[in-house]
Amino acid sequence: MSHLDIELQQLKAETIKMWTLVNLQLNKGKESLLNLDKDLAREVILSERRVNAYELKLDRDCENIFALFNPVAVDLRFVLAVLKINNNLERTGDIAEGIAKFVINVDHNFDKQLLELTRAVEMYEAAINMMNETLQAFDQENTAIARKVFQQDELLDDINIKANAVIADYIRNHPECIESALYLLSIIRKLERVGDQAKNVAEEIIFYIEAKVLKHRSIVEKNKK
Amino acid sequence: MNKLEARNVNVFYGPNQVIKDVSISIKKNTVTAFIGPSGCGKSTFLRLFNRMNDYIDIFKMEGRIEIDGSDIYDKQIRVEELRKQIGMVFQKPNPFPKTIYENVIYGLRIQGIKDKKILDEVVEKSLKQAALWEEVKDKLKNSALALSGGQQQRLCIARTLAVAPTVILMDEPASALDPISSAKVEELIYELKSQYTIVIVTHNMQQAGRVSDTTAFFYMGELVEHDSTKMIFTNPKNERTQNYITGRFG
Ligand SMILES: Nc1ncnc2c1ncn2[C@@H]1O[C@H](COP(=O)(O)OP(=O)(O)O)[C@@H](O)[C@H]1O
Ligand SMILES: [Mg+2]
Repeated sequence: MSHLDIELQQLKAETIKMWTLVNLQLNKGKESLLNLDKDLAREVILSERRVNAYELKLDRDCENIFALFNPVAVDLRFVLAVLKINNNLERTGDIAEGIAKFVINVDHNFDKQLLELTRAVEMYEAAINMMNETLQAFDQENTAIARKVFQQDELLDDINIKANAVIADYIRNHPECIESALYLLSIIRKLERVGDQAKNVAEEIIFYIEAKVLKHRSIVEKNKK
Repeated sequence: MNKLEARNVNVFYGPNQVIKDVSISIKKNTVTAFIGPSGCGKSTFLRLFNRMNDYIDIFKMEGRIEIDGSDIYDKQIRVEELRKQIGMVFQKPNPFPKTIYENVIYGLRIQGIKDKKILDEVVEKSLKQAALWEEVKDKLKNSALALSGGQQQRLCIARTLAVAPTVILMDEPASALDPISSAKVEELIYELKSQYTIVIVTHNMQQAGRVSDTTAFFYMGELVEHDSTKMIFTNPKNERTQNYITGRFG
């Protein structure tokens, strides 16, 4: 194996570690929301620093590979993809932290009925699933798995759009729960952004493996092989 | 019309076929890089364009090589005239053991040009084009052999330019030079392409990336892929090209 191959493998392994940590952050955020577990939410906030440290390290690793190995073709596309995925993961980490902060700030438990009506848990699970699948696609270099993510993102968008009306309605009927309802709306907004990050990551994976640029295309075009 | 055109070219050295059915089109005023592992036929193919292989007894060619649409292996073609139009620069700088001035005008002397005013003009113009004028203008009567390797190579380029070619063939022109001289030669290639059609054989991938508009990858006598240099270095179509440029060969 060439020296560059070893560097690229290490870069991939580091990216997967960061990714696993970010996905864990999202998962803990979800658990803390469901159980209003503020300790768990604090854990998420504390681990955010580790995500940031990974981001800096991956940036530096990519920079070194560019400078020392002048990667070309698929190697070049891989390092470029990691550079952008790194950025998307860091933002996803920020989002998980943001959700955890809401959980810490909220006074009352989230009403189970409201969670149901807004489909917030379903949305959260779909978002986590998208991040898990993109990780799998990256690890296995499998663009078919990456493409599945675009479909799931539609679900997130749909839930997000309907949430406004559902929550407005709920607040009218439960004015005493206005605070937690608004927090939940904010969480739904953030989950929608997790979906966007997952989608960006999927586009990067397809770019590096197939050399196709999918950014800013419609979902129908994206699913064309 | 393309400046250079090869159509279904085969080359043999005795019984060995070293170029296999190669066709390529090269546009005017572009830089084309030939890359590929040693022995794949880059130099042989390059030399076809100024008929330098004709000196080799066992050389035999099939197919057509055209410059500006005319067949340069036609019996009517006068090889000396052809070579005026197609200059060549080699890996090792090969100045003659003469003054800098005499080196530059060597080709014109052979053509019988004696007018000092014309010769002076050509020397200045060619040395300027070769980005050497400032360094040597006060010592034109000194021996060319006293110049550094990088300066000698630029002098050889000036000598090539002096006879006003339209095409310049370069066979690893910077591989014997230090990084700074090499960078100067690269700069020069970049400058020259507005007026000349340049074909360069190089072993240095980054150099090919920096100087050329299109890149042709040769492997065992075949032309595997010829595309814009950007395409070759970001998304080559052929797996053999990718393996070669990413250093995962064989
Ligand atoms: N003068 C020659 N006589 C016989 N074989 C030659 C001669 N020059 C080159 N060859 C052979 O032709 C093949 C291509 O050589 P060359 O064109 O020099 O390749 P490259 O420039 O890509 O290294 C090689 O196998 C080489 O050994
Ligand atoms: Mg050669």
